[in-house]
Amino acid sequence: MKKNKDINSQIAGVDVGGTFTDLIITKPKSDELGFIKVPTTTENQALGVMDSFNKSRINLKEIDLIIHGTTTTTNALLERKLSKTGLITTRGFRDILELGRRTRPQPYGMKGNFEPIIPRNLRFEVSERTDAQGKILKPLVEEEVLSVIKKMLKVQCEAIIIHFLHSYSNPKNELKAKKIVLKHWPNHYVTSGHELLSENREYERGVTASINASVQPILENYIKKLETELKMNGYKRDLLVMNGNGGTVSSKLVSKEAAKTVMSGPASGVIAAAYTGKFAKIKNMITYDMGGTSTDVAMIRNNQPAVSNEIDIEYGMPVHVPMVDVRTIGAGGGSIASVNQGGLLEVGPSSAGANPGPICYGKGGEYPTISDANFLLGRFINKTINVIDDKKIKKKINKIFETKLSKQLNETVLNSAEAIIKIANNKMANAIRMVSISLGEDPRQFSLFAFGGAGPMHASALAKELDIPKVFIPARPGLTNALGCLVADLRQDFSKTINISMENLKIKDVHNLFEYFNKSGLNLIKKQKVKTIKIDSFFSLDMQFVGQTHILRIPISNKKPSKKYIQKKFEEYYFKRFKVKLDRISANIVNINVSVVGKREAFDLKKLINLKSLKTNNLTKNTRKVFFNGKWYNTKIYWRDEIPRNFKILGPAIVEQMDSTIVINPNDRANIDNFGNLIIDVG
Amino acid sequence: MKLDNITLSVIQAGLQQVCDEMDLSFSRSAFSPVISEANDRSNGIYSAYDGTLISQGLNGLPVFVGTMQYSTSEIIKLIKNNLLEAPEDGDIYIVNDPYLGGTHLMDVRFAKPVFIKGKIHSWLSNTGHWPDIGGSVPGGFSASANSVEQEGLRLPPVKLFKKGKLDKEIYSIICSNIRVAEQRIGDVKAQEAALLVGEDRLCVLIKKFGYNTLNEAIKKLYKSASKQMKSYIKTIPDGIYKSKTIVDSDGVVNEPLEIVLKLNKKNDQIVFDFSSSSKPCIGPMNSVFATTLSSVYLAIRHIFPEVPISGGAFVPLKVERPLNTFLDARYPRPVSGCAAEVSQRIAEAVFMALVDVLPERVTAAPAGTSGNFALGGNDLRTGKDFVMYQLSGGGYGGNVNNDGISNGCSTIGISKAPPVEIMEQKFPVLYHHYSLHKNSAGPGKYRGGYGLDYEIEILSKEATASFVMDHGLTGPPGAKGGLDGGKNKVRVKKQNSKIHIPEHLSKEQDIHLKKGDKIHVSTPGGGGFGKACERDPELVLKDVLQEKYNIQQARDIYLVIIDKKMNIDWKKTFEVRKNKKN
Repeated sequence: MKKNKDINSQIAGVDVGGTFTDLIITKPKSDELGFIKVPTTTENQALGVMDSFNKSRINLKEIDLIIHGTTTTTNALLERKLSKTGLITTRGFRDILELGRRTRPQPYGMKGNFEPIIPRNLRFEVSERTDAQGKILKPLVEEEVLSVIKKMLKVQCEAIIIHFLHSYSNPKNELKAKKIVLKHWPNHYVTSGHELLSENREYERGVTASINASVQPILENYIKKLETELKMNGYKRDLLVMNGNGGTVSSKLVSKEAAKTVMSGPASGVIAAAYTGKFAKIKNMITYDMGGTSTDVAMIRNNQPAVSNEIDIEYGMPVHVPMVDVRTIGAGGGSIASVNQGGLLEVGPSSAGANPGPICYGKGGEYPTISDANFLLGRFINKTINVIDDKKIKKKINKIFETKLSKQLNETVLNSAEAIIKIANNKMANAIRMVSISLGEDPRQFSLFAFGGAGPMHASALAKELDIPKVFIPARPGLTNALGCLVADLRQDFSKTINISMENLKIKDVHNLFEYFNKSGLNLIKKQKVKTIKIDSFFSLDMQFVGQTHILRIPISNKKPSKKYIQKKFEEYYFKRFKVKLDRISANIVNINVSVVGKREAFDLKKLINLKSLKTNNLTKNTRKVFFNGKWYNTKIYWRDEIPRNFKILGPAIVEQMDSTIVINPNDRANIDNFGNLIIDVG
Repeated sequence: MKLDNITLSVIQAGLQQVCDEMDLSFSRSAFSPVISEANDRSNGIYSAYDGTLISQGLNGLPVFVGTMQYSTSEIIKLIKNNLLEAPEDGDIYIVNDPYLGGTHLMDVRFAKPVFIKGKIHSWLSNTGHWPDIGGSVPGGFSASANSVEQEGLRLPPVKLFKKGKLDKEIYSIICSNIRVAEQRIGDVKAQEAALLVGEDRLCVLIKKFGYNTLNEAIKKLYKSASKQMKSYIKTIPDGIYKSKTIVDSDGVVNEPLEIVLKLNKKNDQIVFDFSSSSKPCIGPMNSVFATTLSSVYLAIRHIFPEVPISGGAFVPLKVERPLNTFLDARYPRPVSGCAAEVSQRIAEAVFMALVDVLPERVTAAPAGTSGNFALGGNDLRTGKDFVMYQLSGGGYGGNVNNDGISNGCSTIGISKAPPVEIMEQKFPVLYHHYSLHKNSAGPGKYRGGYGLDYEIEILSKEATASFVMDHGLTGPPGAKGGLDGGKNKVRVKKQNSKIHIPEHLSKEQDIHLKKGDKIHVSTPGGGGFGKACERDPELVLKDVLQEKYNIQQARDIYLVIIDKKMNIDWKKTFEVRKNKKN
């Protein structure tokens, strides 16, 4: 790796998570880094961010760049604390947002609940109509738009969406309405459906636009607050904000496409993983981040995180902008174990959540959870609890396990606890397998990249379950999201539905769109005053055989591909994915995609952990009793920051560090690589 | 390996995983939107001995929950009795005979034995809904067929794959008898691939746990599921519970058909007696016994979703064969309406029998129709013939905690409806509106969800429309004092401004249409749960503010007085409600 020449440039990555706000900051004239973890301030995340800078004792005046990951929009959305937003749509279609796609929340059970993003009385219709081919059947009646605007302002709508049928095919009516709105709307919170997402499917496009509009004022408000705080404390440079696609965008531009910041938290973790993997020369990884109530899984192929435009945030809530494809599994440290009516042990789906949380947190939890099982088995210790409490809590956990599980299972408490881990791992492994299969990949050909506080505790056992040979744990597993901010690129994504068969395709149209989007992306990136060392453009086509509905994304190596090349590539990819050759049926191009990526200066991962000064003789020799496979093992305990490069660890062992605990099972072997990553060869 | 309860849980998850992977693989590679988007398919593992269900995919279409066990066991019986050639490794049987454990002819089943060391360990089977299977109507949903021969090609179990190779002769016979045959190969390969994926995954499981341990576990899991179902059944008080639901007509004879259920719950068992239901019918609304059985299973699973899908779960549910009724159709009775419509009425009968004693778990009646509307003609834009389906949802019933969902999918399905923009792109039609079916929600303390209301204009020169829907005569019933949901309505608006209403209300075949004619469909809303006069006035106000109904209706139906400034007049509301009670 190239030495970082500009040792003076000082860059900060700060990520706000559910519980903690994490900061990683490069220090001037030094190889050292600052790591700060402070509690997240939920109401105004800016306070926690400022707190982290204060604790770092670094003068904000000297910082050259801050990259920030925030959950402001995600939280607003999931808690439905949205701005009052009105919708203008084609006459006859205002209920699209309420009707959805005719589904139910779960395959079995006829109950459930669904609230549309925009309430019915704020959804207004105007006369206009475009058909599927883009022909205008009915021009827009402008007076109707004016009267709707008046009604919306009267009830104090803050943001507005214009969403017309087939606007992806011809946006003329939608743009005309937007022009009128802009003239009369008191602010710039105006979203038109096709501009954010130029794809067919009125429900998905409409919900995406509605989400964008209704989080826009919230995000802008937050960013302004943060900018003011930073400025008041002397910061003069740019602020970049993480997007869900894993790229960053300037704080000045971010609120225009606010929907793109939804799910940016999990995305930054995956970006850090891809970056770390690239230096460690591991191309294919499954990332695994276990939290308190759920677990996030994503796939990285050829060092590129899988990105999808078709993610549902929850039931009936599609956000179809490009996002790193992070799937959430409903199992986390707080998942509750129980014995079902058939006498079998189950883990989840109910969870003790963050409050009261697992019993071992000592905050009044009363149900046996995964964390409690780990605690009983000696895999981790709660450092915030003193020794006397520790005994008390262990007693309490024992009693609860005894009455709620062991009796019914006819097992010892310890065996029950180990069973919880086994079943939870099994459940997570199955879910990971489903994620990888749905992306057309065999998990056995991947490495498992585990991070977060709890991920590294389960990773090796999970890998074994999945037949994955190697587990990869970065130097700072609990700060991975902040690292993601630090290493993320500038990124702009574009997509347009054309839906045309190869026979009828004019190849020039593809070339023109590739060129147009490429130029737009380059311009947007240059507009941001952040130093980039290289700008790359990626072209791809979403394709299918005529008559199919699922699409395959086909990367195209240059912006002027021939028809023959496209057809060949598609057939290649199709065969790879489905193992079926179907040469007589013709192909369709559904979407055209371009991503433009501006690379920032590389960050030296070796700074994350100082390996140079470490010697084997200085290792602290500790042991603790830990329960594996039905018996207690006298297990070595290591402190991560003391383990030198290439030191061999034989399982069973526990590696503890400030931000995480790593479990190395019996028969596993582990060592530290050049970048401070801990690599487990699964036994 | 020691087979404790913990290993058992792991094996259970493993078997489930095999099926889930089969489901996913089938959907991802299928060509027909009905499989790839609508997930009209299912995969499972069945015992080698008698075809008992071992495990089935969680995201399989609910109506197949019992049919595949039935059909696999029929195949095994035929082989034992030398009526069907015994399998060799790599063989896959194809069958769609409804009377051998099916639904309608379009649901084509594949069955593949898994051989371990020369012996059949278990069977894998899947069902996929083919977009066409021949017969008088494109797509197979006839509203007025009077024998199964008119409904399409009927396949007895035959080996479509022999030692892993497709039998081209059988395949060409099939292709010569169905429409749009050239695209079928993609679906056939997807259906085969799902079984191969399943075989592969199952063998990994056998290797991991050992042949004997796995078989032991399967037996134990069967017992455990049965135990689990029994413990849930025990929560129902002993007694006989009755219900009656009505199918509008059979499509040929315009008379309602009755599903009469006498449900006898005693200890840990339920006996379902449908014997007083209507006689077999002339038109295609007959249900084969496998579908009747499956409809009961899926209804119970909607009520107790915690119980895993395993043959053991069905043990405490005894469905007596309702001889000589339309719920036990025999050859050559037509059956195309059973999978999508009659099945939902049967489930409704189960819900209505149990809602009073299980109010925490059962909802008022859901829309309960798939809203099947098929349109065929020639697309002027491409010069090609087209067949369009519009499947639509309806309102769900209110329940003890919430209002019903609006535009929910059918009780027996889990599919998404295609977007308006895609329908208009693919077919020569123009939608004039796509909205909530006004006033269709059954009033109640928790009201039903709203049905769907849409109108489409025909853009091709000519077209033929057919409908197979239901609940046109009566709306989905309310429960616990709640009122019925709105009825299904179909109106055909001809250019001469005459409105044609189908004689059978929700069913008609081959309606000839010309360019500019319009079809207007309003699907049923869900039944209400609890008395309307007990609805929280705040919820009534919310409905009024959201323009679901007006102030007058709030007063008349819900006894809530709202003034012109949109405030609840609590005093008057209280008075009106009190007077009503007295």
